[in-house]
Amino acid sequence: MKYMLLIQSATSQPSEPCAVEEWIAYDKAVRDAGIWVSGHSLADLTTATTVQVDESGDRVVTDGPFAETREVLGGYYVIDVPDLDVALDWAARCPGARGGGAVTVRPVAEF
Amino acid sequence: MDETAAGASAAAVFREERGRLLAALARRFGDLDLAEEVASEAIEAALVRWPVDGVPPNPGAWLMTTARRKAVDRLRRDRAYAARLAILQVEADRAAPAADGGGELPDERLELFFTCAHPALAAEDRAALMLRCLAGLSTAEVARAFLVPAATMAKRIVRAKQKIRQARIPFRVPGADELPQRLSVVLQAVYSIFTEGYAASAGPDLQRLDVAEEAIRLGRILCRLLPGEREATGLLALMLLVHARREARTGPGGELVLLEDQDHTRWDRAMIEEGERLAVAALSGGPPGPYGVQAAIAALHDEAADVASTDWPQIVALYDVLMALAPSPVVALNRAAAVAMRDGPQAGLALLDELAGEPRLRGHHPYQAARGDLLSRLGRYGEAAAAYREALALAGTEPERAHLRRRLHDVSGPSH
Repeated sequence: MKYMLLIQSATSQPSEPCAVEEWIAYDKAVRDAGIWVSGHSLADLTTATTVQVDESGDRVVTDGPFAETREVLGGYYVIDVPDLDVALDWAARCPGARGGGAVTVRPVAEF
Repeated sequence: MDETAAGASAAAVFREERGRLLAALARRFGDLDLAEEVASEAIEAALVRWPVDGVPPNPGAWLMTTARRKAVDRLRRDRAYAARLAILQVEADRAAPAADGGGELPDERLELFFTCAHPALAAEDRAALMLRCLAGLSTAEVARAFLVPAATMAKRIVRAKQKIRQARIPFRVPGADELPQRLSVVLQAVYSIFTEGYAASAGPDLQRLDVAEEAIRLGRILCRLLPGEREATGLLALMLLVHARREARTGPGGELVLLEDQDHTRWDRAMIEEGERLAVAALSGGPPGPYGVQAAIAALHDEAADVASTDWPQIVALYDVLMALAPSPVVALNRAAAVAMRDGPQAGLALLDELAGEPRLRGHHPYQAARGDLLSRLGRYGEAAAAYREALALAGTEPERAHLRRRLHDVSGPSH
């Protein structure tokens, strides 16, 4: 079963962001376990652009994310594991779950 | 006996069996809905067949075989469903060797306890699922236990089961490293059922004994499944030692009777003895846990001849241990009340005032009631009346409100 791990970082970082080595080690662990499906880390929020198409079909492009949020999506993994407990274990190992950040685990819908 | 009464008593006989059946089926098929459906059908079949054919030599195995056959029928009818479940079943079979060799069915209710009380489910839904799946209550009965409309409870249970299925919450006992944390979530869910029965959050009655007894039943099942877990033993001890006072806690008109005014001859001595034996076991062979300590406090109250001869220094000492193990504003409140009994109302009040800013005590009527009691014992009747008025606005059940009105009347009398 596939789960997406959404890595949320707090907008006001209370502590030091995780060291790059920790992320490299985590990424390697996910790949070595044979559960990696996909994953990316996202560029800074200041580079985000939001697109909406209104009723008349006009494109509305705005700078930044659609709404003010306390947490910012910093990246994601999609992993393939047997059940939620295993997914939660991998979420807990993720450096993004520490230092005021959080990892949201969402099952990928299967059709 | 009319048909509904016969059905109800048969349902009661099958309640425990149903939990075992449901657990084994849920684990096998990984689907609580399917398990519930075929478990009910198997029990219905038993109610028809057994009076005619006689009770089979191994009733549990008969029910399991019947339920599994019905599950296979259902899967044949619904191919898409079957395809999805087939994967689950292969995985479940690999995880748990099949137990079709006859003899006693393995008891897989512990797995179901951990699924129902999974931290990924909402806290209020964990207790509801336990009552539905493990205590065998109907959805309407679960709704009554939590004082919510049946339709609301049905929605909540459906949503929780949907999450178990769709997010694939496993039917599994957690590994040793995770067990203490996960077990405490299970125990918390059982205890929340008990407290809802012991001190109803709303309604006409102070206590609802049937709800408290369901929690004790769940506690007994858990203790049998986890004989070595001292906190499971401690929780059962605590519930028994508190429940033993049930007959003395309300007066003839259902009114609240405080511990200090209770008729001790109405306490259930046999239950106290059982609770004390379990409390000793819970506190032996290792460091104490929060439920074991709370059981010891309840045991000290149960042993005392009256309030004056209660061992208050020992009770305060146990609250100190509890504050170190599981600090909370409610524990601090209870500790302050015990300190007031040991050192006098002024000392207790000073501790209560320290808790004044606690958000968790803001809507908690026992906090204001305790302040009112200590203030009135100090002769500060005006402030006591204000505290009782605040408590009155927060109290959920009519007997509690009646008790607080009497107190308010006492401190507002012309003599003050």
